[in-house]
Amino acid sequence: MGRKILLDKIHIPDIQTFKVYKDNGGYASVEKALKKMTSAEVIEEVKKSGLRGRGGAGFPTGMKWSFLDTKSSNPRYLVCNADESEPGTFKDRYLIDNIPHLLIEGLIVSSYALGANTTFIYVRGEFKQQIGILNRAIREAHENGFLGKNILGTSYSLDIHVQAGGGAYICGEETALLESLEGKRGNPRLKPPFPAVKGLYGCPTVVNNVETLAAVVPIINLGGDEYAKIGIGRSTGTKLISACGHINKPGVYEIEMGITVEEFLNSEEYCGGVRNNKNIKALIPGGSSVPILPAHLITTTAANTPRLMSYESLSEGGFATGSMLGSGGFIVFDEDACIVRNTWNFSRFYHHESCGQCSPCREGTGWLEKILHRIEHGTGKLSDIDLLDSVAKKIEGNTICPLGDAAAWPVSSAIRHFRHEFEFHVQNADIVKDIKHGSLSKYLKKNFSLNSIY
Amino acid sequence: MLKITIDGHTTEVEEGTTILEAARKIGGEIVPPTMCYYSKLKGSGGKCRTCLVKVSKGSENDPRPMPKLVASCSTPVQDGMEVQNITSPEVLETRKAIVEFLLINHPLDCPVCDQAGECDLQDLSYAHGVDTSRFEEQKREFDVIDIGANIKLHMNRCILCYRCVYTVNQITNGRIHGVLYRGDASEISTFIQNAIENDFSGNVIDVCPVGALTDKTFRFKNRVWFLKTMDIHRNCPTCAGRAVAWMNGNEIYRVTGRKDEFGEVEEFICNECRFAKKDVNDWIIEGPRKIKRTSIISVNHYEKLKQGAIINPVDKKIEKPSEI
Amino acid sequence: MSHENKIDHKLHEVTAGEVRFSDETLVRVQAIIARYPVGKQKSALLPILHIAQEELGGHLSADVMNYVASILKIQPIEVYEVATFYTQYYLDKVGKYVVEVCRTGPCAMCGGEDIADYLERKLAIKTDETTPDGLFTIRRVECLGACGYAPVMQINTEFHEFLTKEKIDKIINDLRAKAHEDKPKDAKWVEKFF
Repeated sequence: MGRKILLDKIHIPDIQTFKVYKDNGGYASVEKALKKMTSAEVIEEVKKSGLRGRGGAGFPTGMKWSFLDTKSSNPRYLVCNADESEPGTFKDRYLIDNIPHLLIEGLIVSSYALGANTTFIYVRGEFKQQIGILNRAIREAHENGFLGKNILGTSYSLDIHVQAGGGAYICGEETALLESLEGKRGNPRLKPPFPAVKGLYGCPTVVNNVETLAAVVPIINLGGDEYAKIGIGRSTGTKLISACGHINKPGVYEIEMGITVEEFLNSEEYCGGVRNNKNIKALIPGGSSVPILPAHLITTTAANTPRLMSYESLSEGGFATGSMLGSGGFIVFDEDACIVRNTWNFSRFYHHESCGQCSPCREGTGWLEKILHRIEHGTGKLSDIDLLDSVAKKIEGNTICPLGDAAAWPVSSAIRHFRHEFEFHVQNADIVKDIKHGSLSKYLKKNFSLNSIY
Repeated sequence: MLKITIDGHTTEVEEGTTILEAARKIGGEIVPPTMCYYSKLKGSGGKCRTCLVKVSKGSENDPRPMPKLVASCSTPVQDGMEVQNITSPEVLETRKAIVEFLLINHPLDCPVCDQAGECDLQDLSYAHGVDTSRFEEQKREFDVIDIGANIKLHMNRCILCYRCVYTVNQITNGRIHGVLYRGDASEISTFIQNAIENDFSGNVIDVCPVGALTDKTFRFKNRVWFLKTMDIHRNCPTCAGRAVAWMNGNEIYRVTGRKDEFGEVEEFICNECRFAKKDVNDWIIEGPRKIKRTSIISVNHYEKLKQGAIINPVDKKIEKPSEI
Repeated sequence: MSHENKIDHKLHEVTAGEVRFSDETLVRVQAIIARYPVGKQKSALLPILHIAQEELGGHLSADVMNYVASILKIQPIEVYEVATFYTQYYLDKVGKYVVEVCRTGPCAMCGGEDIADYLERKLAIKTDETTPDGLFTIRRVECLGACGYAPVMQINTEFHEFLTKEKIDKIINDLRAKAHEDKPKDAKWVEKFF
C-alpha cells in the first residue's frame, strides 16, 4: 500500500463532522502553526516541502506565496480554487465530499501564513452538494473556535466564505476566477499585474487549488523536510489522481509521486487494468488539456525507461513523446476507442468554454471544432488534417490565458500520434459517419498495419 | 526613465509606459497595429492580439527573452528591454494568423460597408492578410439592428474589441449595452429592447475599428474617399465642439471626432454636433484636415506599394508613393 | 454548441411585473452581501442569481435580473452580461427538473451520448426542450466533474452516476411520482447551499 497523507482517514465513519475529524488528529496543524510558528516559518516549511500547485500548472507553492506583495497596505486574500472543471478531473470534489475539514484546516493554516483575514472558496456552481458540505464544515469550525475572531485565543482572526460559480470552465483560470468572484464575466485578466500584486479587489491575492491547500496540513504536521522525502525528485509528496475512462476501477487515488504508470494502471490497488480485458490504446495522464500518449509511450518513455507518475517523467520527451501530469486526470482509452471522435469532443468542449475575449481563442476554438466535426462525420478532406494542425499552432501561445493552449494541445498531439485514424476517417467516409465512440477498431485492424502497436 | 529599443530604435520612457506607447513615441513603421487598444479608454487592450511583439531581452537586470509573444499594448517597459516587431518573422507570421482569425467570421462585405476606406480591419488585412481563406464553413450571422435612433449595429462585422463598452462606461453615465453570451457566440447587445440614447453615445461609432457601429445619418450617403475633410468647430454647450466635417462641395455629409495619427479621437464630441448639425452654417470651418492613414481616403487614390514594403496601418509610412 | 451559423439571441421582454424576494430570503441576501468589503457588493451577484433563479420562477427573466440589479445597486446590463456568460443561469423557462447530461469526453466514451439519446426518446423531447407537463427539460452540458462515475447527469442539485437505461427509467419514474412535492431534500451533510 502506498503512503497516504491526505485520504488516510476517509474510511473513518462520520469523518465529515468536526468532532470525529478533531478526535482523529484533525486541526493539529492549526494549533501548531498559530501557537508555535510565525507566518514566515509556515511559508518556509511549505517552501522546504517542494509542494507544487496541484491544479495543473505545477508551480512551486512556496514560491507563489513568497511573491505576495507584503508591502501593500491593502488587505490580502487567499482564494481557494474549487472550480474543478477539467474533463477527467474530479479529485477536489472527492476530497470535499469525504474529508471537508481537511480543506478548512489547510485554509486556516495557509491564510495565517499569508496574513489573510478573509478567504474565499470558489466552488463551481454545479457542485451544490459540495457547497453545502463546506458551509457546514465552516460553521462547525466557527462554533469550535477555529474560525472567527481570535482563533484559539491568538490574535489571528479569519473568516472563510464559500462562493458559488455560475458554470464556466474558464473560471478555473485564476484571474478569471477573481473576475467571477467580483461578480463579473469570467474573462481572464491581462498579466502583469499578477494576482500576488493585484488580485481580488486590486489587493494582493494568492489563488491555490483545493488539493494544494489540503496538502499544507501534512506539511505542517510532518515538517517540510519530511514531506519532501515522499515522492521523487522535484515531484514531492502525494498526488490525488482521478482515474476514469476504460478501466476496471475508476475513482480517486492518492499515490506517492514516482510510482510507475504501469503499476497505477494495472495494479489492483489502483485502476485494476483496462476493462473487459482489452488492450490500452491511449492515455491522457493529466486532464483533457494535456497531450495524449499512444500505447507505446505510456508505460515507458521514448528513451525506454519506465514512465513514472511524476511531473518530470510524464513530461519526459517534451510534447513529441511526452505529456504532462497536469491536474492528474488520468483518462484511459481502450483499443476500440475512436481518437478522432474524442478529439472532436474535447474541441467542442473548449469551443463551448472559450470566454470569447481574445481573437485567437474565440475564433480558433470554433474553427477547430468545425474541422474536426467534418472529419468525424465523414465529410473531411486529407488537407483538413494539416489545416487542423496549423490552426492549433496559431492559437497556441498567442492567447490571454492558457485555455488557448489547452484547446490546441489535444488536437496537435492526436494528429502527431494518431494521424492514421484521421486519414482513415477522411478516406472511409461511408464507414465513419455512423460510428460513434468505441467501434472503430475492427475497421482499423483491417486497414492499418500500424495498428499492431496497440 | 527607462530605456527601450524597438526594432533597433531606442528611446526613453517613463516608468509604467507600455511597449506600444513607447513604439508610438518612436513612431513610424515600427508601431504595432492595434484593433482593441485605445489610449483614451482605460482598461482597453490585450484582446485582439494584433499588437503582439517579441521581447528578445527582458531588461538590463533580467536579460532573458520572454517565452511567448506579448501584447505590446499592455506590457510595461522594463529598463533595457529590447523588442522586435517588424524585424521578427515570428511576430509577422503571428500577425498574419490573427488577421486570419479575425476574418473567418467576418462577412467581408466591404463593398456595402460604410466603414470601407477607413476600416482598421481592412487596413490590417491589406498589410498582413493573405488573399485566400482557408475557412470553408458558413460564417456566423446576426441580424442587423438599431441600437439607438442614429446608430446601426452590424454584429456580423464586430471583432469584439470592447471599445464601445469602455466608451459608454467612461464618458456617459448609465451603460445599457454590453458584451453578452460567450465564446464566438458573444455579441454586443442591450439584451432587452433598449436604445443607447445619451448625449455622447455617438462616440461608439468613432471608436469602432470596423463597420459594426455606423452612423445612420450617413448610411449609404457617400464613400468616405469621395469626401473632403475639414476641421470645424462651433460653440457647443455640451462638448468642446471641435470636430471634422466630411464634405462634398458645401454640403456636410457627416461629422466625426478629430482623429490623431493613430486613429484615435482627440476629443469626444456630443450627439448634437455629430448627428444634428449638418448645415455648413452651423460651423466655423478652420481648414482642410489631413487624415494620416494608409487608407485611400487621405489621398483619394490608390497607392502602389513598394515590393515587400511593410506598411503600418495606423501611421502611414510608405516610401515614395507613386500613382497607379 | 450547434453547427448552425445563425445566432439568434432574442431580445428579452421586461413586463415591469412585481418581483420580490421573501423577507426571509432578503435576510439571506443581505448576509451574502455583507461578506464582501463595502462597495464590492457586486461580488454577491452570482450567488444571488442562483437564489433568484431558485425562488423566482426557475429561470432568470429580465424582470428578475432588473430586480437583482436594484438590490446590488448596479446597472441591469451588468447582470445580463453575467447571466448570459454562465451556463447555469437559464434565460428562458425550464421544467421543474432540469436534466443535465454530461456529454464531454470521459462520459461520452462510457456511453453518455447513448444515455442522452435514450432520455430524449423516453421523455419524447429533444435536448433544450421541456416536456408539455412542465416537468423535465433536457440539456446536454459539458463536464460535470464526476468523470470516474461516468456516465453522469445532474438533476437540479442531485448527481446521478454510472447511468444505465434502467437507472434512467427509475429516476424519471420516481421524479414523476413525486412531482407534486418540493425540490429534492437536502442530503446528509448538506446545509443551505448559499
